[in-house]
Amino acid sequence: MRRPVSMIVAGFALVLSACGGSSASTNPSPQAPITIGVSVSLSGDFSSDGKALEQGYDLWAADVNKKGGLLGHQVTMKYVDDASSQQQVVTNYTNLITQDKVALVFGPFSSLLTIPASTVTDRYGYAFPEPAGGGPKVFDRGLKTIFFVQPAAVEDNLVSYTKWLLGLPSGQRPKTAAYSTQDDPFTQPQVDKAKTLLEAGGITTASYKVYPAEATSWDALALQVVNSKADVVILGTQMPDAVAFIKVFQQQHFNPKSLIETTGPDQGKDFSDKVGGATEGVMVPAGWTPDAKAYGNSQFVSEFVAKYSVKPGDISADAAEAYSVGQVVDQAAKKANSIDNKKLIDALHSGTYQTIQGPMSFDSAGKPQGGVGVYIEQWQSGQAVFVYPTTVAGAKPEYPKPNWP
Amino acid sequence: MSLVLQAAALGILTGGVYALMASGLTLIFGVMRIINVGHGALVILGAYLSFALFRSFHMDPFLSLVVTMPVMFALGVILQLVFIRPLKTDREALSVLVTYAIALGIEGVLGYVFTTNYVELRAWYETASFAIFGFHITYVYVFGFLLCLAILGALFLMLYRTAFGGAIRATMLNRTAAQLIGIDVDRVSALAFGVGVATAAAGGVVFGITNAFNPGSHYDLISRLLTIIVLGGLGSLRGAIIAALIMLVTEDITAVLVSPVWANFVFFVILVAVLIVRPQGLYGVRVRDRI
Repeated sequence: MRRPVSMIVAGFALVLSACGGSSASTNPSPQAPITIGVSVSLSGDFSSDGKALEQGYDLWAADVNKKGGLLGHQVTMKYVDDASSQQQVVTNYTNLITQDKVALVFGPFSSLLTIPASTVTDRYGYAFPEPAGGGPKVFDRGLKTIFFVQPAAVEDNLVSYTKWLLGLPSGQRPKTAAYSTQDDPFTQPQVDKAKTLLEAGGITTASYKVYPAEATSWDALALQVVNSKADVVILGTQMPDAVAFIKVFQQQHFNPKSLIETTGPDQGKDFSDKVGGATEGVMVPAGWTPDAKAYGNSQFVSEFVAKYSVKPGDISADAAEAYSVGQVVDQAAKKANSIDNKKLIDALHSGTYQTIQGPMSFDSAGKPQGGVGVYIEQWQSGQAVFVYPTTVAGAKPEYPKPNWP
Repeated sequence: MSLVLQAAALGILTGGVYALMASGLTLIFGVMRIINVGHGALVILGAYLSFALFRSFHMDPFLSLVVTMPVMFALGVILQLVFIRPLKTDREALSVLVTYAIALGIEGVLGYVFTTNYVELRAWYETASFAIFGFHITYVYVFGFLLCLAILGALFLMLYRTAFGGAIRATMLNRTAAQLIGIDVDRVSALAFGVGVATAAAGGVVFGITNAFNPGSHYDLISRLLTIIVLGGLGSLRGAIIAALIMLVTEDITAVLVSPVWANFVFFVILVAVLIVRPQGLYGVRVRDRI
């Protein structure tokens, strides 16, 4: 009895998806207003990031409407909460496309949510420009409709840092490095690539540990890094472990010549509050800062400050990444002279797009190509400043890092 | 070798914190035969209360316990009266659902009030340390360990030197018999629940100084606390302390010697081995199934 029922269900699903597929080619009549659908995390683990994405998207929509709309179409954003859940994000994009019949979709927060979401949007033939899903698993499924709008794929986040270290005069260049990283699709690929590059450049590995993302105590791991007495420490962290490692280093009076963490130090006041005064010299890879002299950035910053009443230093990079998604789509629509998803996808696979994170283009899998890469930010005198590459640097890198207070 | 010794020392110090957090859980199980899966959320709530006092009045986290422990005790009594006492049949199974609902409720309220961003309790002793044989021991762990000893000592005194403690132990041994000799087991249960929740506040403070936390941190915590009391023997305070130390020391040594990925696994191998030999846990009492 069960098989016929499941076959009927499968049949319905096929019919539904076939119906939905046609909506991708929906090309609204000229000048008609359009809706862009986004699943954002307004609750759960990513709720603060979700809020920032919403602010970035809203600001872009307001800007583009002021300029006459996206290729003449006034834009309305439609947000649905996914509660940071992989199941909900799939439901949301399915509903946005099949029920709400939105003209375009933009991406959610994190690789974790982008991966299942992109399966849905790809099935319906929608272009999926997304601000925050850059882990290798996003790109290795052969989808041609994803476009990751950040300066570099995640695994390249620490490449600039390794270039800077290996470019130091031989007398100053570190001899040993210690690595510790979460087994997370965002952090570990960055650290592993940095390790390969530094080893090739002659820097010996003093210690390398991978720990489960769900770990709640990092003290023993931090002790191991301390005991390695490495010149340079590279950590694949999120905020809680980023703070925990620094605390143990302070407790043990361990002062490496350089310390970089994949996430944590990029979160402004949120980070400095947690580690107290112990920020000086700590580095982090970053794709955007309020001071960057990229296309439209100063306008973005001043508008954001006015609209949300925050200081420039407190603007989340998530918001800037979301805004860039809008910028890329705006330019692609002009290039294709259409907001039809198929034409947008073709346009996005060629050419270079200017964003507040700098110029970027995309390869066939949607990875950003040929841009300036990810910058290095360093905490100096209580704030994070760009220190590398020199073309964008606001200050010289402090090396060696000063001792903990 | 010195790294292993350091990891062991760290395991003992942090084990004390887990012992403190697990003590309330095992006490509540012992008295009421209910598994309070909301205990982790109560620990996090305790940490947030201290965080609120720190943020508003710059109150030292340890000092804030003078306020938060009585508040949490009262909350525990109320939770027991409102949610646990009405459960008359199938308490053990239903209590899991009810206390899980309490955990979700607490998580929701904390998320609403404090947002889901990670926070941390701050104090001068969080990074200050003193050196012994070249190894720096942090004051916060020492203070936390002393607090654990003090509170666990007070719990033992209460259980073994007071009439109320006698009533608790009698209720733990046999609820019906305790009722027959005139013990008001409902009152004992409510107060014991309150005591258990108050210890969660104390555990929450030390946890909050040594870890960044957010409203969702209780999921990881409760799974660790439950395994601790299963290893120690459900309802045994002594068992909870020993098991917490075993867990943290094993995990820390495995993390530095082999890999953090294996740290939990090695602990669970020990847990399974102990349960094969002693199904009631290290210090658990074997009870005959009621017919």
